[in-house]
Amino acid sequence: MTSDVARHGRLLAEDVRVAFSGPARGAAPTVALDELSLDVGAGEIVALIGPNGCGKSTFLRVVAGLLAPERGSVTIDGEAITAPDPRIGLVFQEPRLLPWRSVADNVTWPLQLAGWPADRRAARLSELLRLVDLEEAAGLRPVQLSGGMRQRAAIARALAFAPEVLLLDEPFSALDALTRERFNLELLGLHERQTITVVIVTHSIPEAILMADRVIVLTPRPGRVAGEVRIDLPRPRSLATLDQAIASAAAVEIRRHLELGERAA
Amino acid sequence: MTAAMTHPTAGGGSRAAAAVGRWWPVAAAFAVFLLFWKAIVVVGGLPVFILPPPELVAARFVTAWLDGTMAPHAWTTIVEVALGFVFGAGAGLVVGYALARWRAVERVASPYLVAAQAVPILALAPLLALWFGPGLPAKVVICGLIVFFPVAIATMVGVRSIDPGLLELARAFRATPRQVLVDVEVPGALPSILGGLRVGVTLAVVGAIVGEWAGADKGLGVLVNLARGSLFDIPLLFATLVTIALLGIVCYGLVVLAERRLVGLR
Repeated sequence: MTSDVARHGRLLAEDVRVAFSGPARGAAPTVALDELSLDVGAGEIVALIGPNGCGKSTFLRVVAGLLAPERGSVTIDGEAITAPDPRIGLVFQEPRLLPWRSVADNVTWPLQLAGWPADRRAARLSELLRLVDLEEAAGLRPVQLSGGMRQRAAIARALAFAPEVLLLDEPFSALDALTRERFNLELLGLHERQTITVVIVTHSIPEAILMADRVIVLTPRPGRVAGEVRIDLPRPRSLATLDQAIASAAAVEIRRHLELGERAA
Repeated sequence: MTAAMTHPTAGGGSRAAAAVGRWWPVAAAFAVFLLFWKAIVVVGGLPVFILPPPELVAARFVTAWLDGTMAPHAWTTIVEVALGFVFGAGAGLVVGYALARWRAVERVASPYLVAAQAVPILALAPLLALWFGPGLPAKVVICGLIVFFPVAIATMVGVRSIDPGLLELARAFRATPRQVLVDVEVPGALPSILGGLRVGVTLAVVGAIVGEWAGADKGLGVLVNLARGSLFDIPLLFATLVTIALLGIVCYGLVVLAERRLVGLR
């Protein structure tokens, strides 16, 4: 009970439906998400996995307040999310850095937009860069960075306001497999150091198992919950975690849900 | 850098040498151009009133500037170009942005813009001279009109080319429309806009001359007419053309200079 009071960042999505109107007027709208409910506890890591076009990214946009659902609601600690909110940090598939700004100015951009004075921004910047191990690159432009470093900068930027919920939309899909594993572990390290609720959208079963407390499998369009797999592996985790029997059992179960979901659609 | 600091003279010398190395092809090309010109005059046996030799044009250029023939006309044209460019480019930026941001604006306005652009400014100039009189306003309008189109199109293309992901990002960080404009749209569209300004500034000179031809008592376009007509001073005509060309080059150079500063800053 005490932990409930102390920890913030419980994310609740209820019965979310999103439909896009078709290209032609009068055409039936495409339903991207339907009856999607999700309860993520404070500090929990949940992975969303599903086939292409199942609306995973759409769901993250709804949670981030970038897209209004046709039906349903999203709340954080009981407060409705209807617009972008500083309690939510968002990392996209692409780093989305402003190419004409240095890493430092990209990371502190949200703070600048919110009107933070320069000295507070500078102080926060050094914390953020230390967090993602990017201190050396502060003065560089995005073109001078590797793909991995760019995504680190994007993560630092997402953490600028010390959000309670971090949403990650296939953040490492553009990285090579080895870098990706390293990033998964770094992100887990980050999660251990500061309590933050994480929802990560991914295509990768190993990534989902390595990161998450729970893996939610979505059906093809319209996206609904096909099944949920609990990953009862201890933390801190390492790559060796994936070799344990529980991990392989979880992978089998995730695949089964994915296949069932495909067949039902 | 360290070499320049420990041996300042040697560093300065090598820098001068580097400048010579960079500029000699330019100088050589110019020399070839002058020789070619001279050769046409000599080989063709052309009289001065068809094509004066370069040294005669150069001499006339110098005397025209020294005896005060050129300066008042040049000044008039410079003012027309500057004002026309500022107003034309300013309007181009605003309209280009509106075209990019609001589809409805583009749908309604673009036929008129294209139609206005399809009518040659040469045909429009006498009418504008009639409306705005023989003074400065007519030239500024003509000049502004000709500058407007490339700047508007370049701005529209530049704003449209901005990664929608960056705009969504700005939204996620709750940027105000003004912040989106200043932090994303202007710097994102800047390279394209500067390209439009480069085209626009050279056209501004054309616009001023065309405006002067349609009716004026001063300006380089007027001087061209005078030199060809009542004065029948063909070397002066060429000297005026050289002045017009130099004006165009200087204007273009200023935009390029601004571009270097701005693209570094953004």
